This record gives sequence, structure tokens and C-alpha cells, in this order.
Amino acid sequence: MEKIDARGMSCPQPVLMAKKAIERSSDGIDILVDNNTAKNNVSRLLKNLGYKLEYKEEDESILISARK
Amino acid sequence: MKEKRGIILTGAIIGIISILLVMHGNPKNMGFCIACFIRDIAGGIGLHRAPIVQYIRPEIIGLVLGAFIISLQSKEFKTKGGSSPFTRFILGMVVMIGALIFLGCPLRMILRIAGGDLNAIVGLVGFVVGIFIGVFFLNKGFSLKRNYTLSNFEGYLFPIVNLLLFVLLVANFSMLFFSEEGPGYMHAPIWIALIAGLIVGALAQKTRICMVGGMRDMIMFKDSYLLSGFLAILVIALIGNIVLGNFKLGFTEQPVAHTDGIWNLLGMVIVGWGSVLLGGCPLRQLILAGEGNTDAAVTVMGYLVGAAIAHNFGLASSTEGASQYGKIAVFICLAVVLVTSLANCEAFSKEKSLSKANN
Repeated sequence: MEKIDARGMSCPQPVLMAKKAIERSSDGIDILVDNNTAKNNVSRLLKNLGYKLEYKEEDESILISARK
Repeated sequence: MKEKRGIILTGAIIGIISILLVMHGNPKNMGFCIACFIRDIAGGIGLHRAPIVQYIRPEIIGLVLGAFIISLQSKEFKTKGGSSPFTRFILGMVVMIGALIFLGCPLRMILRIAGGDLNAIVGLVGFVVGIFIGVFFLNKGFSLKRNYTLSNFEGYLFPIVNLLLFVLLVANFSMLFFSEEGPGYMHAPIWIALIAGLIVGALAQKTRICMVGGMRDMIMFKDSYLLSGFLAILVIALIGNIVLGNFKLGFTEQPVAHTDGIWNLLGMVIVGWGSVLLGGCPLRQLILAGEGNTDAAVTVMGYLVGAAIAHNFGLASSTEGASQYGKIAVFICLAVVLVTSLANCEAFSKEKSLSKANN
């Protein structure tokens, strides 16, 4: 399982990072983002790939956990 | 489809407002043009002295303030910055020069197509080619690195500057420059233009509509969310133009356009490629700057300076076509974008990326 930090990255890099990570570890990933745009974009990608998502707010950022 | 409703509606509203702005006095096929309007502002504050393109466009101010207000209200306003600001400034300049060689930003390109201007189809081809090249570098690990949280005051400055500019306009400040003929003279009344900008700014902030993002996401992720906004603008503006009899199909005698195909194409290659590296089209950069992204504010400053240079050095095209220096500038701009792409790619540089996951 891979954990990625995509905080502060501008569009579309959080999505690209999520995509590359999920190709490496298809069971699931944890990805940390810090804005709604990244959250929505990453969520859309992972949902389309058939993952279940859970969100956890941490200070200024959001941890997205994607699992099969 | 359900999640796309908002962005399709936004695109439709932008299409309608663009038509209304032309009806109220903006130049044809120029309800909105972020590049042209920033160029007019550069002229309005005297950064260049091209007499026909000087005005303080309230649409730009409205876009920024609309995004600012709505992001404050939705608590999405966050001051961020520090992601290669000077690289962004330079890319902003280059994108603006490319846009002024074509004569329009990506948004105006759509509006020109909707008016039947076939030169803009040539521009679209270049735009898509540019985006493909940009995506190639993104896939090779291109990154301008992460941004950081900054003090709120830093983020408020850009909206404040825009507000002050509006005050100067309304006060008819005597040191501003206003065109007495040409496109700069053609404009909708101040308050109508401001309100149009505010509405579109708020909607664009909510939906993240972006002309570059539309193509990019489609190419990279087969994601059509942003592209549907782009298409909605095109369809509604096209219908509007046909209904009002403004639709005129052809290459020649199109409003504020030229027929130099190759330079239309190459100008938009620069815009597409540069904008992918920046993470969004000029409209999107204005919106981001309004919601506290000071890297985007720096990019807009790059546009402003790029516009000034484009006119001071005679790089901008006229309706006669691309200028001699403009043609040279195209190759310089392409070289700048290429070097920037290579220098910031993991695949081509030895520097370890800061963005890599640390497991």
C-alpha cells in the first residue's frame, strides 16, 4: 500500500500522482491533499477505477484512503 | 452526467453573457477575451502605448472579485504560493505573446469559432497540439513543485489591487489611457461589464472551468468534466450568433483576426503548451489568483508584462497578419517553453523530485 503526499501540487499533478501510485499498488493508496479541487479530482479518478473512498480531515489537509 | 450539470450550465451562461457583452458594445467575438482584456489594461495603465487597445476592462476585475467573494464565502479561499513563481511569470509572458500573435486567449478562440471564424479552427489545432506536448512533459514528471501556505494578507493583495483599479476607472482618473478608436474603444458599460465578470468569476470558481484543463484531462485521464464546459460555451455562443445573425463563416474579414494560418497555429501551440505547464488557461489563472493563489497572481502579472512587451516591441499581430518581429518571437517563445519543460522534468533532470512519495 502506497502513501502519497500531494499537498501543494497544482492541477493536474495530484491526479497524476494518484494514477501512477494506483498502477503500482492496485490494492489501494492513501493520498494526502490540501484543497477541494485536488480532493474532487483525485476522488473522481479513483471512483471511476472502482475504489471505495474514505476521507479523514487532518489540520489543513484531507487524507483520502482508497481501497478495493 | 449529474455532476456535469453545473459546469455545463456555467459554460452556457458564459456563452450567453459573451453574446450580451458584444450586444452592449464589446468588439465582435470578444464578449470575453482574457488575453485581450489584460492587454487593454496594460495599455490603460500606460505600460504600452498602442492607441487602439487601451482600456481598463471591468470584466477582468469582476472575474477576480467574483472568485474572491465566492471563495471567501465557501471557505475555499486559501493563500498559497511559492511554486516556482518566477518561472510562472516568464511562462505567463510567453503565453500572452502567443495569444497576441493568434489574437485571443483560449476562451476567445472558442467564441471566434462560434462566430464562424475559421482561423480560430486553425488556432484550435495548434492549441490541441500544444496541449499534447504539455501532457507529454507532465507524464515525464514535469512539475513546478509544491506551493506553501502563506499569510492571508498576501492573498488579499491581488483582489485589493483589482478593486483599486476599478476605483480609478470609475473615478475617471486622468492618468489612465483610453482608446478613442479601435477595439479598446469598444466596450460594454462599466457596470454591466463588472457584473458580467462577477457572475462568471463566481461560477468559474465553483466549477473550476478551464479551457486548457478540458483538453488536458480528456487526453490524460479520459475525463470529460472540464471539456463539457468548453463545449457548452461553444454550442450556446454558436446558437446565439446564428439567432442574432452574427454568424459569418469564413477566413477573411473576421473581426479582430488575421488569416496567417501558420502563425495562428503556432501562437496557439505556445498558449496550449505553456498553459498546461502553468496548470490552467488565462481565465483559470485569474480565478485562482482571486481565491488566494499568489502563484497565479504572479502569472497574471506575467501576462500583463508580456502584453506590454508584445505591443512595445511590435510582436502582437494586427488584422493584417503576424508581424516580422512576432514571427521571430514565436520561435523564442517555443524555445523558452521547451527549456522550461525540460528543466523541470524528473525524466530529464538529475535533481530528485520533492514530490516523490516517501514510503
